[in-house]
Amino acid sequence: MAIEDRGITEGRGNTPAQSPFQRSAVPGVITANADQLVAMARKSSLWPLTFGLACCAIEMISTYMPHHDADRFGIVTWPSPRQSDVMIVAGTVVKKMAEPIKLLYEQMPDPKWVIAMGSCATNGGPYYRSYSVVMGVDHLIPVDIYVPGCPPRPEALMDGFLKLQKKIQADARQGNVG
Amino acid sequence: MHQPGSESGTVDMMINMGPQHPATHGVFRMELRVDGEQIQDLVPHIGYLHRGSEKLCEHELYSQIITLFDRLDYISNFNNELVIVSAVEKLMGVEPPPRAELIRIIMCEFNRIASHMIFYGTFAIDMGALTPVLYNFRDREKIQSLFESVSGARLMHNYFRVGGVKQDVGDDFPERAMALCDELERGIDETDRLLTENEIFIERTSGIGVISGEDALDWGLSGPVLRASGVPYDVRVDEPYSRYDELDFGIPVGSAGDSWDRFYLRILEARESISIIRQAIALMEPGDTMAQIRRIARPPAGEVYAHCENPRGDLGVYIVSDGGERPYRLKVRPPSFCNLQALRDLTVGHYIADAVVILGTLDIVLGEVDR
Amino acid sequence: MTTVGSSGGATDPSSRGANATPAPAKRREPEAPRAAVALSPEGVALAERLPVAFASHGIEVDAALDEVVCMVPADHLVDLCRQLKDESAFGFEYLRLITVVDYVEQDGEFEVVYHLFSLANHHKMMVKTRIPDRRASVPSVTGVWRGADWYEREMHDLFGVVFEGHPDLSPLVLPDDFEGFPGRKSYPLHDYEEW
Repeated sequence: MAIEDRGITEGRGNTPAQSPFQRSAVPGVITANADQLVAMARKSSLWPLTFGLACCAIEMISTYMPHHDADRFGIVTWPSPRQSDVMIVAGTVVKKMAEPIKLLYEQMPDPKWVIAMGSCATNGGPYYRSYSVVMGVDHLIPVDIYVPGCPPRPEALMDGFLKLQKKIQADARQGNVG
Repeated sequence: MHQPGSESGTVDMMINMGPQHPATHGVFRMELRVDGEQIQDLVPHIGYLHRGSEKLCEHELYSQIITLFDRLDYISNFNNELVIVSAVEKLMGVEPPPRAELIRIIMCEFNRIASHMIFYGTFAIDMGALTPVLYNFRDREKIQSLFESVSGARLMHNYFRVGGVKQDVGDDFPERAMALCDELERGIDETDRLLTENEIFIERTSGIGVISGEDALDWGLSGPVLRASGVPYDVRVDEPYSRYDELDFGIPVGSAGDSWDRFYLRILEARESISIIRQAIALMEPGDTMAQIRRIARPPAGEVYAHCENPRGDLGVYIVSDGGERPYRLKVRPPSFCNLQALRDLTVGHYIADAVVILGTLDIVLGEVDR
Repeated sequence: MTTVGSSGGATDPSSRGANATPAPAKRREPEAPRAAVALSPEGVALAERLPVAFASHGIEVDAALDEVVCMVPADHLVDLCRQLKDESAFGFEYLRLITVVDYVEQDGEFEVVYHLFSLANHHKMMVKTRIPDRRASVPSVTGVWRGADWYEREMHDLFGVVFEGHPDLSPLVLPDDFEGFPGRKSYPLHDYEEW
């Protein structure tokens, strides 16, 4: 049965996403530089460091768990910084925690990306005036994606991951890798 | 550290765990001094999530403080909200309408189950059982969608207000809640079957981290950790707040005070919570959900201590008011903070792998330990 | 209903900063009748027994809502606490909370508050002691309740109150190199360099 007959428009619902191989001028053939191909591989298996700071960590765990299931994007958590690609800063960064976070970031091999999850990691959030809170993790390490919310819903975090995947691909196209 | 006189001629080793170790449930750090596998000493370090909430509370309106309390113990948000609103109500002499009280009780008990479900799952992970957490989070997701339909948020609800709740629940709430109770009951039974009688599980937990009732009181422990040691102290019974005195429920009490007791007690508690919810729904009658009070709460000068039974124990708040719209001083009694103090006593003499198990049974939430 | 009288130094709103100015209420709504929160029968009995049992300690007994409040000079604090715990008539085996309240602006004093609870006798009370901010030190009660350990360390961190006889007053919640006592009213809320 054709897709249209079932009342489903293509590109929506349960139709598979279009592969870049079909979009090209000669079907089944694409021309790309090596960086772009490597970026395709990289973005499809992002391994975030298992590491939660505060409230957002609960929503982060929810994202990995069955209902939302981040595994389908190739996202598998890893407890060691040595083998991870992505650091999700999920929660309030306080001054006492600043050094360990920097250390963790430095322990991760290149290329690496950082997602600032929630308003605390973005700019201090509800603890903006506090004496012990760092006003955003970007004071410590470079951030690629900011996910707003207090805490962000799992869907928002997944959107952050998809944005990160786009960013990885776009960076490779523009020639700045890692 | 170096002990030249030790019989085997070995040297003790220092091991650092945390602050980002997955088994420490947040940003908790402990230094272990081990002789082989055996723990000789343990030094806990906290403060990696010290956000200065209490100082911030002194500069916020009473209604704004509720949002900061949401973020204290971020697994049981409704229970935290109840503490701050009941403290302000006690100081102002406001009585919330009966329907609001019942909605609060139902929300708090659902939250207790949700919190215990995270405990079962993460505790099993700590011991290498990776399956139960998947089932627990499946069920927890259902509780969260009910919360979302009531308060509009999955985690940080800001739903309880001084004098009542933000808005009434929907018409279909009783059926949804009742149906959810049945589902959760099945989920809890599933966890029970998966873990409780498991041979390996019993080997790992029974007789590990024993604390006597007397010591537990001396350390100021509370909640399931205290009750597992045989002390029947539960704020819901000992100093009934809200409408808990109208409900009929049991307080599970352990006897051995070991890790297995602390685990199983939480299974029993979740079942009691379901029975509480069913009774509360049966008692619900149409009516107001908000008392007639001024929009901006201005309690009279004075001081108040109010506390409620949190999933982790006796969460209290001490407020000194000078008659203004912001508290003069606010101090939280954090149950996890007290429970964590006893960690060293519980752990010394056990093996490294047991330290993770014992820490798991204390079920700490760092947001509340450090505030 | 009873509120704090002599012991509550914070009752004067004029001594507060900008926060004390009340916002004009746009809409007046009727106040709900005040529910009676008062001492329980156990609390009344306790309030009567305390001055008799500790006549030599120079205590003042008062009440705040449903709690008995006992003011004691810092010298007699540990002795009082030990007897409150050991004597079965009181039986305060459970220490709920230790906190410090800053009244430096008003009286130049800190107030240290101990919340106690007895499971056996089912009564509760607050023990309070006042210390001058110049010499902010109070004897430690870690010898009486082991649970006092971290509370006292935390209060030392945030308020700079020294608990004499405490085994280890190293920083608990603050970083080791943190300067100042952020819990005090004199510590600004948001007056530092961002980073």
